[in-house]
Amino acid sequence: MYHELNDMIVADKLTKTFGDFTAVDAISFEVKKGEIFGFLGANGAGKSTAMRMLCGLLQPSSGSARVAGHDITRQSEKIKQTIGYMSQKFSLYEDLTVKENMRLYGGIYGMNLTAIKAKTASIASALHLQEELDTLVGSLPLGWKQKLAFSVAMFHSPPLVFLDEPTGGVDPVTRREFWELIYAAAHEGTTVFVTTHYMDEAEYCDRVCIMVDGKIQALDKPGALRQMYNTNSIEGVFLQLARTAKRMAD
Amino acid sequence: MLRFLLEKEFRQIFRNPAIIRMMFIMPVVQLVILPLAANYEVKNVAIAIVDHDHSSYSQKLVHKAMASGYFKLTGYYPSYKQALVQIEKDKADIIMEIPAHFEKQLVRESEAPLLLSVNAVNGTKANIGAGYLHTIIRQYNQEIRLQWLQMPRLPDQLQIQTTFTNWYNPGMNYQQFMVPGILVVLLTMVGAFLTALNIVKEKEVGTIEQINVTPVKKHLFILGKLIPFWIMGQIVLTLGLLIARLVYHIIPAGNIGLIYLFSSVYLLAVLGLGLLLSTYANTQQQAMLLAFFLLMIFILLGGLYTSIDSMPIWAQAITKFNPVSYFIEVMRMVVMKGSQFSDIRHHLGIMAIFALVLNTWAILNYRKRQ
Repeated sequence: MYHELNDMIVADKLTKTFGDFTAVDAISFEVKKGEIFGFLGANGAGKSTAMRMLCGLLQPSSGSARVAGHDITRQSEKIKQTIGYMSQKFSLYEDLTVKENMRLYGGIYGMNLTAIKAKTASIASALHLQEELDTLVGSLPLGWKQKLAFSVAMFHSPPLVFLDEPTGGVDPVTRREFWELIYAAAHEGTTVFVTTHYMDEAEYCDRVCIMVDGKIQALDKPGALRQMYNTNSIEGVFLQLARTAKRMAD
Repeated sequence: MLRFLLEKEFRQIFRNPAIIRMMFIMPVVQLVILPLAANYEVKNVAIAIVDHDHSSYSQKLVHKAMASGYFKLTGYYPSYKQALVQIEKDKADIIMEIPAHFEKQLVRESEAPLLLSVNAVNGTKANIGAGYLHTIIRQYNQEIRLQWLQMPRLPDQLQIQTTFTNWYNPGMNYQQFMVPGILVVLLTMVGAFLTALNIVKEKEVGTIEQINVTPVKKHLFILGKLIPFWIMGQIVLTLGLLIARLVYHIIPAGNIGLIYLFSSVYLLAVLGLGLLLSTYANTQQQAMLLAFFLLMIFILLGGLYTSIDSMPIWAQAITKFNPVSYFIEVMRMVVMKGSQFSDIRHHLGIMAIFALVLNTWAILNYRKRQ
């Protein structure tokens, strides 16, 4: 409560169980306004589940969290107005064109046609997509799809954006370009909450949180974590922590 | 916001050739083919004849039966046993055995036994066929009696002759009866299947997650799905009514506006059912099976093929919860009887309740958050 003004996300013992399986086990953390916050973990560590609770896609089993000042249990629809979300699985309409997808989401977030047009043009030039505006999204290569999904998540200029493994399956060059987009967004003041299992990407984050078996095992700046675990990469930190994991990756 | 959702839905519908095919070609093909085939009238009853008499009377009887147009001669067989083989092979539906001395006995004793054996595997066909044959034999019987009673002063036996008048469908035209019913079934299938599959597809592909994370209101999202399919349903109905008129010359006796009034509410109910199914199913396969299961019951208990009045009481009770049965009834009332608004008011009210309950249930059960 004390940090409310500076914190975009405050989670307090947030827990999600599916039957007798505890996917997320009482995690507590804060995300500051404007920071790039990385969520690291092996497959099945509970990263996506935690993120989906914060986005209002999943009901928490216990614990609480506030996102942009709204309670996730009772005010999930208010949260949705202020966040952008990019799913792990590509989820734009493949049978709509690039332009039509942008128009749809702009419209859903209540933007007017002029604003939608202006934003479409600026995204198209930033991503060099001018030629592809009328292409069906389904026929774009994966790298472009991912960048487009990010741009659509950012279309209504939300103060906070959730990215769930945004660079899964894309080549190193595209990953690099993708992170440039993230930096650009952060530079404009957007808070970025990103999950990944690429250790090198963790180095790009302001702070990193490492999840093992549904629990937070470490949370600090990448440099501080390297020092604390006496290794020269986040990968080293991760491997030391992940060895304690009992849960099988899915 | 609704405008953007509608734009999106229409674009997707028109971009999907499979949906366009399902919506337009399927109904046309079914309406043109089904009514011609699905028909209560029994024709082509295969008859095997065992004639032990070989008399002119027995010949005449066979000719009379064949001339009625309902029968198809499997052949003449020297013995009942051989004719029975034809039934066993499913080549014959009925055996008519004419005993030896049929003519003699008829002339001498004024009566003669005849044996009809019926293959009850296809019970309806054989029984109706036997009924026809029975009538033909009776008529033949009367003709013979008339020939014999030369100058009858008084008929020796009082006879009651029944004359039928078929109200509302004077020619007993089965198409007039079937086409409106089939049209209702088509509308139901197109409506329920398409909406159910549409939303479940969004679940399967994952696009619904991106929608669920937006502040879109549940009822707007659902309206965005309902309106396009409602319009498509009305187009399919119009197409069906046109086919009924052009192919079968069925012109509704009542006001066609009543059909549209009823279909407006009916489509809401059917689409609501599709939406509801989609909120329970997670894959298109599940949705398809669920929809198929329900529609099967709706159609079989909908009064399309079998009369609801002759169902057992418990089945009749089930049909009260079957939206299909109401529309089939209303269709037939308006098309054949020329029923007025006051006649279908009750049906309309019940359908409105269906629409309200199904859609409310669907909206409540649609969760943006798991």
